[in-house]
Amino acid sequence: MGEAVKKIFEIRIPGPVIGLILLLITLILLKRIKTKSVSNLKKEVADTSTYILRYLSFLFVPIGVGVVMHFSYLENNLSKVLFIIFISTILTIGITAFLMDRMNKIINKNDRKR
Amino acid sequence: MIEKDKLYSIWVYLQAEPLFWLTLTIGAYLVGDYFYRKSKLFPLINPVVIAITIVSLVLLGLDVSYERYFDGAKFIHFMLGPATVALAIPIYKQFRFIQKEALSIFVSLLVGSLFAIISTFTLCKIFEINDQLLFSMLPRSATAPIAMGVSDLIGGIPSVTAIITLLTGIMGASLGTFALDLLKLKDMSARGFGLGLAAHGLGTARAMSRNERAGVFAAVALGLNGIATAILVPLFLKVVNLF
Repeated sequence: MGEAVKKIFEIRIPGPVIGLILLLITLILLKRIKTKSVSNLKKEVADTSTYILRYLSFLFVPIGVGVVMHFSYLENNLSKVLFIIFISTILTIGITAFLMDRMNKIINKNDRKR
Repeated sequence: MIEKDKLYSIWVYLQAEPLFWLTLTIGAYLVGDYFYRKSKLFPLINPVVIAITIVSLVLLGLDVSYERYFDGAKFIHFMLGPATVALAIPIYKQFRFIQKEALSIFVSLLVGSLFAIISTFTLCKIFEINDQLLFSMLPRSATAPIAMGVSDLIGGIPSVTAIITLLTGIMGASLGTFALDLLKLKDMSARGFGLGLAAHGLGTARAMSRNERAGVFAAVALGLNGIATAILVPLFLKVVNLF
C-alpha cells in the first residue's frame, strides 16, 4: 500500500514510512466511529502489529551479519565517524531538550495567567 | 571416499538453496533466544548478537559471500517493511500525550530533527567523509528500520546505516543524560523527548528506566522523528543540491 502511494505520487520517502503515516491517519479517523466491526478490525490490526514488533529484533539479524561483513568499509573512517556521531548526538539531545524545556515553561506561565 | 563425495554434493546442493540460509538464520536466533532465557534475561546476552555471531562465523568459515547469504535471508529482511508500518500502533497509543502539548512537541521535533541532519552533514564535510558514507550517516537519528529505508533511498548502504544508528543509540543513551544534567534541565518530558529524538530506541529505553513521564515522551519523539527524518533527509539533500 505504502509502496503503491510512493509510485503514484513519486515522493522520495520510504514506502513503509508512508504506510505508517497512512495507518496512523486511518486510526485517528476511525477513533470517532465506535461500531463493532470497526473496533474488531482495530483490535486485529493492533494484535498483528504487536506480534510483528515483538520479533522486531529478529528481523535485524541479516543486517547485523551485513555489518560484520562490511566492517572493513568503516575501518578507515572509524575514529572520524565515532567523533561525528558523538558531537552531533550530544548536541541534538541538548538542543532539543533545552528548546522543549523553555517552551513548556512559557506555555505553563501563560496558562497560569489565564 | 564415495561417502565423502556424496556428502559434498549434498552440501553444494544445499548451499545453493536460499532456504538453507533462511533456516540457518532462524536456527541461530533460536539458539540465541535459548541462552537468553537460560540466563534469566540477562541484558548482555542478547539473542540478536548471538545469532549474528553464529551466522557470521558460519559464513566466514565456509567462505560464503554476504550476497549469497542475503539471497536467502532477504525474506526476513522483507518483513522489516510491514514492521515499520506496525510502528503506527505504539505512536497511536501515545496520541493523547501529543495532543496536549502539540506546539512545543512540533517545534522541538522540527528543530531537533533538522539539527541532527545538518550537524551530521556539516561534520561529514569538514572531515571529508565520502558521499556514500555520508548518505549512510544522515538518517541515523531515526529508528533503525526507517533509517535504513531512507539510507537505501538516497544512495547509502543500509547495513552501514544499521551500525551507525546503533552507535548513535549507544552514545545517546549512555552519555545523553550527562549533557542534560550539564544544561540543568529538570523538565522530565523535555529530557525524555531529547533522548528519544536523537537516540531512538536505546535512548527511549534509557529514559523509560529513569522516569515514566520521560519514557512516554521519548517514545513519542522516537516515533515522530522516524517520520520527520524520512521526510526531511530527502528534502534537505534536494536543497543542498541546488547550491
